[in-house]
Amino acid sequence: MRLSASGLTCIRGMRVVFENIGFELSTGEVMTVIGPNGAGKSSLLRLMAGLIRASAGRIELEAGDSDLSLPEQAHYQGHLDPLKASLTVAENLAFWTSYLGGGLGAEAALVAIGLEGLADLPAAYLSAGQRRRLSLARLVAVQRPVWLLDEPTSALDAAGQARLAELMRDHLAGGGMIVAATHGPLGIEAKELRLGRVA
Amino acid sequence: MTPLSALLVRDMRLAVRIGGGALMGVLFFLIVVTLVPLAVGPDLAQLRRIGPAMLWLGALLASLLTLDRLFAADQEDGSLDLMLMGRAPLELVVLVKAAAHWITTGLPLVIVTPLLGLFLNLEPGAIAAVALALLIGTPALTCIGLVGAALSVALRRGGLLLPVLVLPLTVPVLIFGVAAASGEASSGTAFMILGALTLMSLVLGPFAAAAALRHGLE
Repeated sequence: MRLSASGLTCIRGMRVVFENIGFELSTGEVMTVIGPNGAGKSSLLRLMAGLIRASAGRIELEAGDSDLSLPEQAHYQGHLDPLKASLTVAENLAFWTSYLGGGLGAEAALVAIGLEGLADLPAAYLSAGQRRRLSLARLVAVQRPVWLLDEPTSALDAAGQARLAELMRDHLAGGGMIVAATHGPLGIEAKELRLGRVA
Repeated sequence: MTPLSALLVRDMRLAVRIGGGALMGVLFFLIVVTLVPLAVGPDLAQLRRIGPAMLWLGALLASLLTLDRLFAADQEDGSLDLMLMGRAPLELVVLVKAAAHWITTGLPLVIVTPLLGLFLNLEPGAIAAVALALLIGTPALTCIGLVGAALSVALRRGGLLLPVLVLPLTVPVLIFGVAAASGEASSGTAFMILGALTLMSLVLGPFAAAAALRHGLE
């Protein structure tokens, strides 16, 4: 599988966020998107997720499922954790697992992300790091070839970051691809895409 | 579970949990209808005459009350992003959310209507007519409100815009709903027009709301 983009331009509110960005990524590779605040890291990820439109350029996923678009074959983890405070940990995860097309049971995904034993707790009582872990659990529970991660390690403790790195390695070993916007190290070998002015 | 049934179950669960809107709509309806006799005075004949109209106004305001959170809550925690990316068609997603909203707020209004009809000194026949008119007409209120809810999310101007956008569009439903409940000779025709309005909004509402949400991506 191969993810390629060329000539991507993003204009938001009359301002050019980035211009003429291109990259290529093949199976088992990670690309980190780095750059100063406002360089367009989140915009690039949202653009790949189909949540904003590119003003120019194209993104293609070769040898993917030809019936599905790139967003439909991707997991997107933005700054927000799509969780409902009044549902329990297990209910939140079970909903996204069914909604996104089914896969691993909630139990196994919670173990993989290190939230076992909290399944019956309402999500309202989770800490920021636990919320992020629960949100990331759906990436494990439902198989998608492309992961789009926006600052995935924020709020995670050292153990959580190590666990995420492990999950990312497993995902890559299984033929996946990851694009992550980050300020810190992810703990795995990665290509770099630098946005914004080079200081 | 399929994606859409999972969504239906989740939305209904959220509505009945703490902070959900299911009970709020019914309580609001109860308060509005209870206030009417206090405001109008103890004239039983007059209450009976305006009763169906008051029930309809109460139902309209009660269903509007909870509509503004329909998409806003999902937008604030990023759930809406995942729904927009998902494999389920957005029109159906929107329709399922509308169904969950109606089951948790519209249907309870219909169920408590007989009780509130007694407050307003309505005859048993008139109570049945109002309840039936509300049963047929409240899905239209939800589906019309759906468009307003989607637009107010897309425009990021919050819930205040919603009543301004939605209330004018609900005028036909209100007119024919009250006419259907009046028990006059023309009420049969009014029932049919009310049914037509509901069917139309069921078909058009989800498409318009989905288009508004997609436009909000810009």
